[in-house]
Amino acid sequence: MRVLRYGDDALLVEVDDLDEVRRVDLALRAARSHAPHEHAPYEHGAATLAHVVDLVPAARSVLLRVDARGDLDALAREVTRLVTDSTTSSSAGASPESTAPTSTAPTSTARPDAAGVVELPVVYDGIDLREVAELTGLAVGDVVRRHTAALYTVAFGGFMPGFAYLVGLDPSLRVPRRDTPRERVPAGSVAIADTFSAVYPRATPGGWRLLGRCATTLFDVDRDPPALLTPGTAVRFVPVTP
Amino acid sequence: MTATTPTPTTPSATTPSATTPSATTPTAPVGALEVLAPGLLTLVQDDGRPGWAHVGVGRAGAADLGALHLANRLVGNDEGAAGLEVLLGGLQVRARRPLTVALAGAPAPTTVRRGSLVVPVGPHAPLELAAGDVLTLGTPVRGLRTYLAVRGGVAVPPVLGSRSSDRLAGLGPEPLTAGEVLPVGPAPAGGIVVDVAPVRPVPDVAVLPVWPGPHVAWFGPHALSTLRTSSYRVTPATDRTALRLGGTTLRRAPEHEGRELAPVGLVRGAVQVPADGLPVVFGADHPVTGGYPVLAVVAGGAVDLLAQLRPGDPVRFAPARR
Repeated sequence: MRVLRYGDDALLVEVDDLDEVRRVDLALRAARSHAPHEHAPYEHGAATLAHVVDLVPAARSVLLRVDARGDLDALAREVTRLVTDSTTSSSAGASPESTAPTSTAPTSTARPDAAGVVELPVVYDGIDLREVAELTGLAVGDVVRRHTAALYTVAFGGFMPGFAYLVGLDPSLRVPRRDTPRERVPAGSVAIADTFSAVYPRATPGGWRLLGRCATTLFDVDRDPPALLTPGTAVRFVPVTP
Repeated sequence: MTATTPTPTTPSATTPSATTPSATTPTAPVGALEVLAPGLLTLVQDDGRPGWAHVGVGRAGAADLGALHLANRLVGNDEGAAGLEVLLGGLQVRARRPLTVALAGAPAPTTVRRGSLVVPVGPHAPLELAAGDVLTLGTPVRGLRTYLAVRGGVAVPPVLGSRSSDRLAGLGPEPLTAGEVLPVGPAPAGGIVVDVAPVRPVPDVAVLPVWPGPHVAWFGPHALSTLRTSSYRVTPATDRTALRLGGTTLRRAPEHEGRELAPVGLVRGAVQVPADGLPVVFGADHPVTGGYPVLAVVAGGAVDLLAQLRPGDPVRFAPARR
């Protein structure tokens, strides 16, 4: 793990893989949510975390943006301490306070951090289904079966409000993005690219391969919380007929 | 800047009575500012919506935060209250009731018409508008974005806690249109404490101090010094999302040539270098994550200047100092 300065109000924590991203993100989120109530000896570090206004997990990094009173040097020390503690104390990294020793390897990406699994109904009639079948050497029915058999986890968001990069895709379904992105991918499109699957929350240009469509509203500013899929959420695709 | 928010003192004898007329204390926001002409593009902006980046919603907010804050302080608002961000002038508004307003940012020739009388007015000072007064912004002589703050703040409904118009995500209020009437909130408790504020003008050549970015190792050993010693120019493909620059290309280290960077979080002021080698400097509506290495990051104090650079303007980078 490396903690880098990212301008005057942000740090970038670089890690090796998505499992570690999940672990670092969870450890920092948990610590931040406790920050205002902590007392000595964590007082200084806790106060530092309270100034983190945005925590942005991505593929191999977690960005921390602080407000005007944030102290980046103190924050970097606190992040290093928290992440080191969570490495030694917990395989899933769900809580930096957890002291239960465990010998299991860290495999947090396949594990939901809440009890619930979000089920997304999908009509598998995507424009790229046949092409994905050809690229993978599978029958169309097998592409659908393998896509619905997996349990996914939201690794990180980005790209547009409510868009979630899902990991857990069956390795046999790994296909590259299209060489030329489509100018318009319809809202609700269920897609795959590389090791990820996703649902497009609204129409946008996009280069992923489209397997089907899902009518579930992924993002609504009038809903609390507005985004259905947040980092750590477990997701399953359920085939339905139109 | 030292003052963050005006002291919430009770109005004293030194507070001009015209700044706290009884008409500005309704309980609910009422239509108060009528848009006669929106100009090229006028957006409602405040401090933005932090805290949602992990679900793909960026902060957005005023492109020149310092200018919005100054305009708000001049009218006694919290500095992050919602005001208007006017791109290249052209805005014309009519006060439907007495209002206190102030201008900051790109200096645009401005007039107030009261009946048949047209009076030129200046920026960086509170202005009293009577009901019916028409404020007109001409084209700024330099800079790009002028901010109009109104005492009480523009009170359109917030989205995810902010009134900022995020053009990239399509969140928040739409750009202003002619005929629209904007609500203005109740006057804040604080009085107006500044008559006029001294302001540094927009420089002839913008010099942006930069820190090394998180991906500096992706570039050749001279890329950062090339960035800091070359002249760049703002291209027309420039908006609230990013300033795209033309000039000397920046080369990657041979071992990183052709490699793809996994998506990584972005910040305002990040200097990203895509495959063509030309720097892109991210602004208020930057995407939450990006896929190209970040060579440098504009130092905090200079980020606002990005909002005032026009296509064709020269840009230089320099080492930032602590």
